[in-house]
Amino acid sequence: MSTAAVSLRGIGMSFGAHRVLDGVDLDIAAGEVLALLGANGAGKSTLIKVLSGVHPGHDGTIAVAGTEQRMDSPLRARRAGIATVHQRVHDGVVPGLTVAENLAFDDLAHPARRGPSSVLLRRREVMAAARTAVEVLGLDWSDAVLRRDVAELGISDAQLLVLARALVHRPRLLVLDEPTSALSAAEAERLFTVVRAQREAGLAVLYVSHRLGEVDALADRAVVLRDGRVTSDSRAPFRWDVVLPAMLGERAAAHPVGADGIGPPPREALPPGEVAVRLRGVRLLPRSPALDLDLHAGQVTGVVGLLGAGKSELAHGLFGSASWAGGTAELDGRPHAPRSPAAAVRAGVHLVPEDRAGQALLPGWSIARTLSLPFLGELSRGGVVDRSTEGARGRSAVDRFGVVTRSEHTDVGELSGGNQQKVVVGRWLVPGVRVLLLDEPFRGVDLGARRDIGGHARDAARAGAAVVVLSADVDEVLEVADRVLVLVDGAVTLDAPVSGVPRETVVAAFSATSPGGTPS
Amino acid sequence: MTSSATTPTTTPAPPGAGSRVSPGLDRARELLVRYGFIAVTIALIGWFLLSEPNFRTSDNLYGLLVYAAPTAIAGLGVTIAMTVGGLDLSVGAAAGFAVSLAAWTMVVQNQVGGVAIGVVLLGGAVIGLVNAALVVWARIPDLLATLTTMFAVMGLKLVLVDGKSISSRMTLDDGTTAPGRFTEGFLWLARGDIGPVPVPAVLLALVAVAVWFLLERTRHGRLLYAVGANAEAARLAGVPVGLYRSAAYVLSGVLASVAGLLLAARIGQGDVSAGNSLLLDAVAVALVGTSVLGRNVPNAWGTVLGAVLVSVMVVGFSMKGLPYYVQDVAKGAVLLAALLFSYTLSRRRTALPGQPAAGGAE
Repeated sequence: MSTAAVSLRGIGMSFGAHRVLDGVDLDIAAGEVLALLGANGAGKSTLIKVLSGVHPGHDGTIAVAGTEQRMDSPLRARRAGIATVHQRVHDGVVPGLTVAENLAFDDLAHPARRGPSSVLLRRREVMAAARTAVEVLGLDWSDAVLRRDVAELGISDAQLLVLARALVHRPRLLVLDEPTSALSAAEAERLFTVVRAQREAGLAVLYVSHRLGEVDALADRAVVLRDGRVTSDSRAPFRWDVVLPAMLGERAAAHPVGADGIGPPPREALPPGEVAVRLRGVRLLPRSPALDLDLHAGQVTGVVGLLGAGKSELAHGLFGSASWAGGTAELDGRPHAPRSPAAAVRAGVHLVPEDRAGQALLPGWSIARTLSLPFLGELSRGGVVDRSTEGARGRSAVDRFGVVTRSEHTDVGELSGGNQQKVVVGRWLVPGVRVLLLDEPFRGVDLGARRDIGGHARDAARAGAAVVVLSADVDEVLEVADRVLVLVDGAVTLDAPVSGVPRETVVAAFSATSPGGTPS
Repeated sequence: MTSSATTPTTTPAPPGAGSRVSPGLDRARELLVRYGFIAVTIALIGWFLLSEPNFRTSDNLYGLLVYAAPTAIAGLGVTIAMTVGGLDLSVGAAAGFAVSLAAWTMVVQNQVGGVAIGVVLLGGAVIGLVNAALVVWARIPDLLATLTTMFAVMGLKLVLVDGKSISSRMTLDDGTTAPGRFTEGFLWLARGDIGPVPVPAVLLALVAVAVWFLLERTRHGRLLYAVGANAEAARLAGVPVGLYRSAAYVLSGVLASVAGLLLAARIGQGDVSAGNSLLLDAVAVALVGTSVLGRNVPNAWGTVLGAVLVSVMVVGFSMKGLPYYVQDVAKGAVLLAALLFSYTLSRRRTALPGQPAAGGAE
């Protein structure tokens, strides 16, 4: 480990007057997993883009195995030995092609050999290239799997495909940007196994994540980026009480951590209030068993489950945006069968959907407009929108939720991910909300924003709402909930107060039956 | 949180699209995008005013609005369809159908102008409903659905009038003279004045203010824009998406038939080829309108300005004696400039949600 696989010297990058990266020096050794930590907006994504050739106009130098390289394009970066797996898995797969064609895609796009033969698509060569790629990862995908349309792969297998494609060129450095943000715990573990095997083979890995548990499990070293500079560099085992302040700065004081250095500070448990939502015989998935479930007002119920376990179905059924395979619901003793989200909103049931960009944000819309959209009826007189009230409400929400912005008229697209999420969650956190459903509210959000959002969810429960947080991440749920439900294939396998249940029990309840390795 | 944890009241200025441009150049680009069109329009008007004495008469200035009215009104319909993320290619056909339907109602059916107007508006609403059914219920992509409607409506028009232009007191197939004619009241729509102002200019002003008010000031306008910006997000915010998309196509059909009424009254007969050029002009002015003022969303005043610009060019160029086909080249150039402003130069409202405008400062 004497010469670094990749070394960065004085990397800087500005957008207009804003200095996003400011003189980053970093060496990544072969056979090392280096975790890159930082709050949203610290410059992580920009650093990754510099490494992957997206920002050719950066300052400073990048050397791969001692040789200086210019990263002017993604292709150059890849050829220099830096492979990047970006956060959004679907950006890495080409829809309409088979799994094999996707695996061999780089070769199809930039064939090694020239001449007329490179024009033809040879199925046998594509299959051979694909087989090599999956063998690198040690995956046992059959030819039948390779011939499938890539759209049939689940997100976890798509993630492995993208990883295989990145590794097929034998890079020196593999950059993984939040690779587990859409994976369940079991799927993430599968990914870690692959990464560990690659580390043994001498690959350098730059691993970006918000999940400190993963960093503990995987990384040899952790570097913290803050305001475009490296503020901490330490080796495993990590002391989070030292690392977190380096990451969050003075905000760490506002978000104290518990005795373990990771978890939240101790908090009082909210006792269950009266039953707000009563589900009887509800079948979340076509083949799942009938479910009887009561959700109580005045506390936060956490629902943990894998992708496809029925979490989103539970939420969307209550919100009127999807219907269950069967069963009935009551809200405060009256039948609750909303035909549309509008009807659910009128009944006081609000949903923050899981996909911020796809399901909640409107391109070009200001914070104030985004906040007011569901409530225009009460903001209008004779159909005319009262814009001064709208602005005042926007301003007070910005203050209340601590959204970092110039004004409430700023385009939401200009905010960082965590601030966008505060807007999206805050929109539904209004007085009078009876049932607040939060589907993956902490996805792609840094620790500070996560604590803020969790705190507001608890405030809503304290004010009498039935709050439901749905997530694939056990720790996120344990941090915010008073009661935890584990959902597997549409059935509840654990239902307990958070204060009385050890983390291992929760993990066991939902990972015991998680599906195995082959794509389905 | 952004990087500004240390200075929590400011955020980084929206960074550029990955490339580094000097702030001065950026500012110039912003000014060009925002005021370029208005500058070009004023410059053209100035040039024609100075060089063409006839251009200066007040008759001609109203004439500009009269000429622009059908295009602008149909373009306002297209604008509404564009707010919900759609595009209505059937407006030209709907306007042409309106011309023939108005003539047929008055001349062949011997009805008064008021009845013709009612029938035509109803016809436009039906065309809009068909579009809505195809797009919302049958889920056919808007371009293909309205293209289909365009063909069907053009054919239907010819079926209605046996492929002939209908004029007052024309001789019918059975040798008799048609019983009715274009009534005075109907012709007043295009040829009358209210005080010093021609009726089409008044009508244009009324429609423009109504569409502006609907889109910018009312809840319904806001919801139309929401559907266009992100239909799924709108649905999950409680917006009845199908209803608003349907309403947009119905309004588009009705406004296209209003444009057809003005054309019919101007021509004074049911010309079967009327409205053919309206489609391209109406869609073009709505697209130009999107880029005027740099807002990068379809909007009423932009569309009206676009229509006025096109009308200034057409009237001015014909005074200069340029052949009509040169005007088409000029219209094409204006549209190209508008699209360059919207898609290439503008940085506003093109950022996808979740990707901070630059994709940079996360």
